[in-house]
Amino acid sequence: MCLAIPGKVIEIFEENNLKMGKIDYNGVINKACLAYVPEVVTGQYVIVHAGFAISMLDEEEAQRSFEAWDDFADRIREEGYEVTSAPLSDKKRKESDK
Amino acid sequence: MKYIDEYRDPEKIKSILKEIETEVTRPWVIMEICGGQTHSIIKNGIDQLLPKNIELVHGPGCPVCVTPLELIDQALQIAARPDVIFTSFGDMLRVPGSNKDLFKVKSEGGDVRIVYSPLESLKIARENPDKEVVFFAVGFETTAPGNAMAVYQAAREHLKNFTELVSHVLVPPAIKALLSSPKNRVQGYLAAGHVCAVMGWSEYEPIAEQYKVPVVPTGFEPMDILSGILSVIRQLEKGEYKVDNQYARAVSKNGNEAAQKIINEVYEICDRKWRGIGVIPASGMCLKEKYADYDAGKKFGVSNIETHEPEVCISGIILQGLKKPIDCPAFGKACTPQHPLGATMVSSEGACAAYYRYQRFKTNI
Amino acid sequence: MKNGTMENDDFALSCPTPILNYDTIQLAHGAGGRLSAELIEKVFLPCFENEILLKLEDQAQLEKPNGRIAFTTDSFVVSPIFFPGGNIGDLAVNGTVNDICMSGAIPLYLSVGFIIEEGFEVSELCRIVDSMGKAAKTAGVRIVTGDTKVVNRGSCDKIFINTSGIGVIPNDINLGAGYIKPGDKVILSGTIADHGMSVMTARDGLSFESRINSDTAGLNYLVRDMFKVSKKIHAMRDPTRGGVAAILNEFARSSNTGIRLFEETIPVSDEVKGACELLGLDPLYVANEGKLIAITASEDAGKIVEKMQCNDLGKKACIIGEVTDENAGKVTLRNIYGIERILDMPIGEQLPRIC
Repeated sequence: MCLAIPGKVIEIFEENNLKMGKIDYNGVINKACLAYVPEVVTGQYVIVHAGFAISMLDEEEAQRSFEAWDDFADRIREEGYEVTSAPLSDKKRKESDK
Repeated sequence: MKYIDEYRDPEKIKSILKEIETEVTRPWVIMEICGGQTHSIIKNGIDQLLPKNIELVHGPGCPVCVTPLELIDQALQIAARPDVIFTSFGDMLRVPGSNKDLFKVKSEGGDVRIVYSPLESLKIARENPDKEVVFFAVGFETTAPGNAMAVYQAAREHLKNFTELVSHVLVPPAIKALLSSPKNRVQGYLAAGHVCAVMGWSEYEPIAEQYKVPVVPTGFEPMDILSGILSVIRQLEKGEYKVDNQYARAVSKNGNEAAQKIINEVYEICDRKWRGIGVIPASGMCLKEKYADYDAGKKFGVSNIETHEPEVCISGIILQGLKKPIDCPAFGKACTPQHPLGATMVSSEGACAAYYRYQRFKTNI
Repeated sequence: MKNGTMENDDFALSCPTPILNYDTIQLAHGAGGRLSAELIEKVFLPCFENEILLKLEDQAQLEKPNGRIAFTTDSFVVSPIFFPGGNIGDLAVNGTVNDICMSGAIPLYLSVGFIIEEGFEVSELCRIVDSMGKAAKTAGVRIVTGDTKVVNRGSCDKIFINTSGIGVIPNDINLGAGYIKPGDKVILSGTIADHGMSVMTARDGLSFESRINSDTAGLNYLVRDMFKVSKKIHAMRDPTRGGVAAILNEFARSSNTGIRLFEETIPVSDEVKGACELLGLDPLYVANEGKLIAITASEDAGKIVEKMQCNDLGKKACIIGEVTDENAGKVTLRNIYGIERILDMPIGEQLPRIC
């Protein structure tokens, strides 16, 4: 359930007495209700579901998980596993296309 | 896209998979509650990337799937009224009632419109004062803030032609019901990230404590799901059981209090029937007496609803994680997305539809 | 991809601004009398100008072309009728041009049938007809016969357009799903889902503030370029309704081969990606109106793609998959994690979803 995606607040305005915003998702802009994130300011990311921002996106927390995940990658490298961005299997395919 | 692509990166995925492999020593059964997670798992093939001794079973977290047939039939009756503009999320239009769906009602002359936000429904109500505008308010806790706001806002604006047909459901009572079942085999839970964003993760602490199961609020991208699984595995291997938030960028301990306030203003807890499962006490929300004027069920006094569920459909058992879609004799034969027998085949996040769309070639159907 | 709003779309009528006695379409405009004549004379003829049409006979009289004839028809009922990057008019011309040239044919002549709801703005009709004239000119086809009917208010939604078209297939070209065989490559001419998402984001009820441009375009010169470098193109189709997934499923079924796509090779623009994530749609199922899919012999695929990339309409052309003898009749998609899943035939129109 509950498809919700992060977008950046690029404009804040009021409509029918509700705090609303224009949200940028990768270049496409959609309107969302910001009544549930009263503290949000432009430039911040919110998580939007069915036209409502249901949460602010905590960028510091996001950074923290990235760091934890980088540790995993480091550990694997130390243990001699190769980590690349190539598909997990069938690495040969790209070569055969050329 | 920022804050999406990072969580799909193959390098990260590969290293966390390795981490999971290192930690697992025994077979474990984990349930992802949320249909959105089921969709992501099956679409990305996460179940196939995991070590073989981790079994994922798919939970009941699909509002489209669990909305009771009586309510779908009620929606169909209301939508067919000539004085009504019936508005709904796109998800509900193909859900089969006892003998038709909302598309059929539309083709028969009903004014059925898809909206993306409940506020669009309010807009339609303002623009059509001579029509009754009904919004089909389904969903879990994630959708409740928006659906509650529509009613709250309608009351503030004294809009007399807007009502909701409410079928809200709640996650924690469903988890408890599953855990209390003697047939339960699930050992750890991935809690639905966006439900937790609204309600906070603290409401799962009593569950983890009482049933001694790890509960891990988890996001929806592949990396989110894998880090949720890693947390559950680590706890299970150590014999621990706690709530470990793995979706910290969106979920806090207490959730979104501004949203909870409006939800509690408009809705109250009630017993709710789940399609395929039955009545779960205190597992739903309905409009408070104070907002009875906005209750489409009351306003349109729908009558004589007799429902018919196809007997062969095992969606209830699938929603409880006891069987997989491929165990159903009708799967891919009598029951396909074109001719669904049960709601789990209709919703894009229903387990049956996900299996049908993404993994069918393995079953040779 | 540029974002344009409808207000600042570059729009200038190349045909003279017509002066009609009415500013909205009346039933009489379709009744064959004076108003019909005025509409033809002042709106259609200036935009569609060519000597065959100018004769104003009941039928177009055409020379017999040298070769097999490709003949096709399509009706256009898109809503909204104006969307960023195009309107129902150029869509109707390009759509039929593309259906013709997917056989390798050179498109020659089109017919146009309008069904218009009474009360429709004449100025909007002029914009539509003007775009049709421009699209026909760009594709080098002539609109040689036509018809207009006006129906009562409520009997159609603003305007519906049918176009039929004729082209001639060069003698050495034979395309069809039957020629597809294992080992062939799947070529896509550019980004997917632009048209479908353009129309969807232009619709009321979905709260979009910015727009995505439709990719509507006639592909006949791109096809001509492709045949200049290779005759080993086995089948070709334009992935309109149902998107890339629908076309490839048709190919897989009728050729009884398997088609395997590689997800990371399929180009999708940033805006389309964003809008699809937001509405829960899969771009592989969303319509295109200026893209083609070609199944070609493996050995020629590289040079065909290179040639396509020299044409503006094929700048992002690439190989997105291959034909296999496994999974006959099915299309599969291999994702960036190396996991292969089925890419099924779409069930109906994709709906925006919240879960």
